[in-house]
Amino acid sequence: MQIELRQSTSLLRVGMAPISAIFAALVLCSVLIMWAGVPVLEAYALLFKGAFGSAFALKETFTRSIPLIFTGLAVAVAFRSKFYNIGAEGQLYAGALAAVYFGTGLVSLPAYLMLPFLLLVGALAGGLLLLVPVLLKTRLKVDEVVTTLLLNFVILLVVSYLIEGPWRDPMAMGWPQTASIIDEGVLPTLMAKGRLHAGLIVAVLASILIWAVMRFTVLGYEIKAVGFNAKAAEFSGVNVNRTVIFTALISGGLAGMAGVSEVAGLKGYLTLDLSPGFGYTGVAVAMLAQLHPLAVIPAALFLSAVYVGADSMSRAVNIPTYIADVLVGVSVLAILVSVMLTQYRIKWRK
Amino acid sequence: MSDLLDILLTAGFWAATVRIVSPLIFGTLGELICERAGVLNLGIEGIMTVGAMCGWMWVYQGGDLWGGVIFAASMGALFGLLHASFTVYLGLSQHVTGIGITLFASSLSYFVYRMLLPSATTPPKIAPFQNLEIPVLSDIPLIGEALFNQSPLTYLALLCVPVVWYVLHRTPIGLAVRMAGENPVAVEAQGIDVLAVRTGAVMVGSALMAVGGAFITMSWFDAFYFGMVNGRGWICVALVIFASWKPGKALLGAFLFAGLEAMQVRAQQSAGAFIPYQFFLMLPYVMSILAMIIMARRAQYPQALLVPFRRGERV
Repeated sequence: MQIELRQSTSLLRVGMAPISAIFAALVLCSVLIMWAGVPVLEAYALLFKGAFGSAFALKETFTRSIPLIFTGLAVAVAFRSKFYNIGAEGQLYAGALAAVYFGTGLVSLPAYLMLPFLLLVGALAGGLLLLVPVLLKTRLKVDEVVTTLLLNFVILLVVSYLIEGPWRDPMAMGWPQTASIIDEGVLPTLMAKGRLHAGLIVAVLASILIWAVMRFTVLGYEIKAVGFNAKAAEFSGVNVNRTVIFTALISGGLAGMAGVSEVAGLKGYLTLDLSPGFGYTGVAVAMLAQLHPLAVIPAALFLSAVYVGADSMSRAVNIPTYIADVLVGVSVLAILVSVMLTQYRIKWRK
Repeated sequence: MSDLLDILLTAGFWAATVRIVSPLIFGTLGELICERAGVLNLGIEGIMTVGAMCGWMWVYQGGDLWGGVIFAASMGALFGLLHASFTVYLGLSQHVTGIGITLFASSLSYFVYRMLLPSATTPPKIAPFQNLEIPVLSDIPLIGEALFNQSPLTYLALLCVPVVWYVLHRTPIGLAVRMAGENPVAVEAQGIDVLAVRTGAVMVGSALMAVGGAFITMSWFDAFYFGMVNGRGWICVALVIFASWKPGKALLGAFLFAGLEAMQVRAQQSAGAFIPYQFFLMLPYVMSILAMIIMARRAQYPQALLVPFRRGERV
């Protein structure tokens, strides 16, 4: 078996990569559906209907995609410079902590200032949390994957302590949760019915902004240069460490905004189950988007549809909801292969 | 301070330390073998979950305990093969593949568990490994009870340390594994198949990780819970760095770590009134980060770690 670099890659092939990966993932997971004794096409039809079949379903899918757009962007930006931030989950909670700290009455501004302010402090909190692993990486060469992963567990315990202890809402009938964000800090809903909130607009704007930064600015160019070949970038005068630190601040900030948007747009307060692993799913989103900031939006929508659809499917037929997580995991592996096939060809002859 | 001494002088503390250390030893050795061959295996967290589920499920379905361990190990090896196909044969990103394997392996475990036990609300228990008392030695005060009256899997873990050391450092196979992680071109020049060596190492390493997971369900909690591996895999990855990729130091690191963890459980009981329990639970993760910082300057990564090898390609 020989692996050969292709001379050129057509845009069609790049565009087909995620589609074929998703197709492969759906085919592979159909084995599990057959095992559950449900006709495969019927199960996927139910999943599709659960995600897109009604106005309510559509709104849920879009609502769920908001944090995934943010965490997907966070991962995409970081992976572009080969900074492997797997800590979006923790940074999301850091952002949420900042939002409830400043948003539950400590600061009171008119809504048009309050919302940007909360997003800003949330982004700062997420960025600051990621500053620890990135400084450890640039100063001491400590592997960032392990530190970001371990910090996820630490932050969750900090949240657990705060909502059971000093930040617990005394009015919550003993439930471990914080007080609610003041009205000025609540992201307004977009439609009369349903939970879809203005976080979607912020997320889409963030995608466009990140795309513009990557496409048109020196920083964006440097981030990509460091990712392609850090040594070459260093030789041509890029300050690699500084670039990686900036990347980390942006990445952590985006993940932090996911936390703000979940608290201020959806829940209103902070609990331990704010995120069912949005940070980890962000890796899948970014990979499916091939790290492209604008492609993050459809990728997030797709995975959000998988989760929303799988919930509704498992209510209708007897398939555990974990099928959604399996699909996400398989898609990460499948996209790796399909992207590789856009750049290389495999020759089976020796 | 005297509280601390009290803790150190109870046999229960040492027994707990040895119990906590067992999965860490399996996981750390497994990761160490993979990395020595040049492959970072971030699938460890998921592979441990697979091991935990498979070993437990085997026994729950009526199989015997050792059969469960072998089943868990082979399932681990299978996921290792998947990881190796991606990272060794296709040369894909070891980071992303590992995360993908973890997502896939743990969710698949939960899926299978739910399929086979759709309505279990309280996780059912199995009859776990019984402690095996080694005569005479187990009568030594304090450490006798802890070291010589333990689950057979713990003995297996402790036995694995010298075996892995011997194979890695004193046999031709071990040399090939280590060279594959340092200088694969040289291995190729010797007419040894680098890709096969790396694949083998990742499979053996993953099998060990899965046995570590199986220990948690078959010799500790007796049941399978969701999220029960709880970051132990990541801690093992940190321990490998702490151990500078040496099996002996891995044992030492794992013991230090398990000792601190056993102590924090006991300290929670005495100091729990002043210090919230979450801070005790944080300790293992914070300790892992600290361990990596301490060893950072001295860390001597295998030279070819993370570097895919393509036959005939110039480096």
